[in-house]
Amino acid sequence: MLLSPKKLLLILHFLMGILKAKEQTKTKPSTMLLTRSLDRFGRYCMFLWRTMSVPEKWKEFFRRYADEMTKLGIDSIPLIIIVSLFIGSLCTILIKLNINNPLLPRYAVGMTTREIILLEFSSSILCLILSGKIGSNIASEIGTMRVTEQIDALDIMGINSANFLVLPKILGLVTIMPFLVIICMGTSLFGGYLICVLTGIVSTDTYIYGIQTMFIEWYVWYALIKSLFFAFIISSISAYYGYTVQGGSTDVGKASTNAVVMSNIMILLVDVILTKLMLQ
Amino acid sequence: MIEVKNVEKSFAEAGGARQVLFGINATFYDGKTNLIIGQSGSGKTVLVKNIVGLFKPDTGQILYDGRDITVMDRRQLKALRNEIGMLFQGSALFDSETVLGNVIFPLKMFSRMSHEEQLERAQFCIDRVNLTGSESKYPSELSGGMQKRAAIARAIALNPKYLFCDEPNSGLDPKTSIVIDELLSDITHEFGITTIINTHDMNSVMGIGENIVFINKGHVGWTGTKDEIYDVDNDDLNNFVYATDLFRDVRKYRREHGYHKSVVG
Repeated sequence: MLLSPKKLLLILHFLMGILKAKEQTKTKPSTMLLTRSLDRFGRYCMFLWRTMSVPEKWKEFFRRYADEMTKLGIDSIPLIIIVSLFIGSLCTILIKLNINNPLLPRYAVGMTTREIILLEFSSSILCLILSGKIGSNIASEIGTMRVTEQIDALDIMGINSANFLVLPKILGLVTIMPFLVIICMGTSLFGGYLICVLTGIVSTDTYIYGIQTMFIEWYVWYALIKSLFFAFIISSISAYYGYTVQGGSTDVGKASTNAVVMSNIMILLVDVILTKLMLQ
Repeated sequence: MIEVKNVEKSFAEAGGARQVLFGINATFYDGKTNLIIGQSGSGKTVLVKNIVGLFKPDTGQILYDGRDITVMDRRQLKALRNEIGMLFQGSALFDSETVLGNVIFPLKMFSRMSHEEQLERAQFCIDRVNLTGSESKYPSELSGGMQKRAAIARAIALNPKYLFCDEPNSGLDPKTSIVIDELLSDITHEFGITTIINTHDMNSVMGIGENIVFINKGHVGWTGTKDEIYDVDNDDLNNFVYATDLFRDVRKYRREHGYHKSVVG
């Protein structure tokens, strides 16, 4: 005897219920990881949706935006200068040691140093370093505000706390990051020059000739464009981890660490994608 | 007046949902200090967070002078929140701002006052909570009681219709607790605010409890006033009220001296 469509649907619904219950009781770890990752990504998108709304008061927004540019960007300049000087010097020394071949021109030292700095160091590696400083700063600041109920206080006042706290940080860092990259480029190349002056491994004229030879302007734009993506990743991911903290000071510490780890992974992933898209 | 009607709330946990509030019905009156009391973990804070809209109840209504917060859209909720002030357990002062910065903050965000008027209003609130001279101090430079007072000043800056206080006396010595209680009571009567205080401090209950709601394991165990609470025939409430020797002595004294009234909870 044939079943009516209604009965067939009921049976199917019943069987799907059994399968679903079985699935819930015997979920594989890989499935759980996937579900959790998707869940987290969904929450991150919802958080960004709340963040990217029109600010309540433009005057207050611009005040906070300027503050964040100073706090996240200007205050990072000493660290950038120190790191860039040393990395620029190291690049020059190591390249000189490794291409010590009579067939290669001496200016190759300056040229290779420039390519390394423009293509990877000034954007990707700098942002990996800054994610440690800025990312942990953002996550711990917002996380502490969460556990001390300061975010609840903003919500009670009727303020969109995600927008109020996070949007100035994201826009502030995205605005200031290209300038930090330019500072990094200049200081790294100067670091190489300085090591040439101090040790004489290559003459300064040869080094300067090297950094000017076969210069491709697009590489500078490539680094600047990448840095915008990385700035967004650092600020938004760190803010998300801080904003969603539950518990106490230990959880703020964990959130801060997770924020830096996740930012680093995402920077590397996006770096690969952008390099493929922009340089090939 | 705030009316809570049949509110239930549960939270998702690893082993399934855990229900915290079971069919709560309560009324909080204008111009009175309304107290929500109960043991730690009884659901007081969850109830207050439901009332102010930080949590959404699973079922039930929460009416602010007839306006149901559970069905409000974002715009309506924002308008209502401008009428609400809240004092958090840990004060929740913005630690990057001074006392004046904290108190003036809601005025900057929501009022149409000029800067001079904002300063004048903030100074009035600071003076009202007896913090004159501490305007330029940061929260980390203040004592616990001063932080609570600064938080009260911030909560009343926008002249709210409803004031919520989550355990205002936690971490304070008895003398400072009395100062905070008196301040809250005075402000309530002076400005005609509907004040809801969530506490388990019996001194506050006896001092300022004009309308008391006792929460026991997520249910409303009893409602009444501070004068009625001594002689209620309710074991759960009595276990809570007479947990200390001091209050057992007070009950004994009242009964010996003819204060006893039979009030069935």
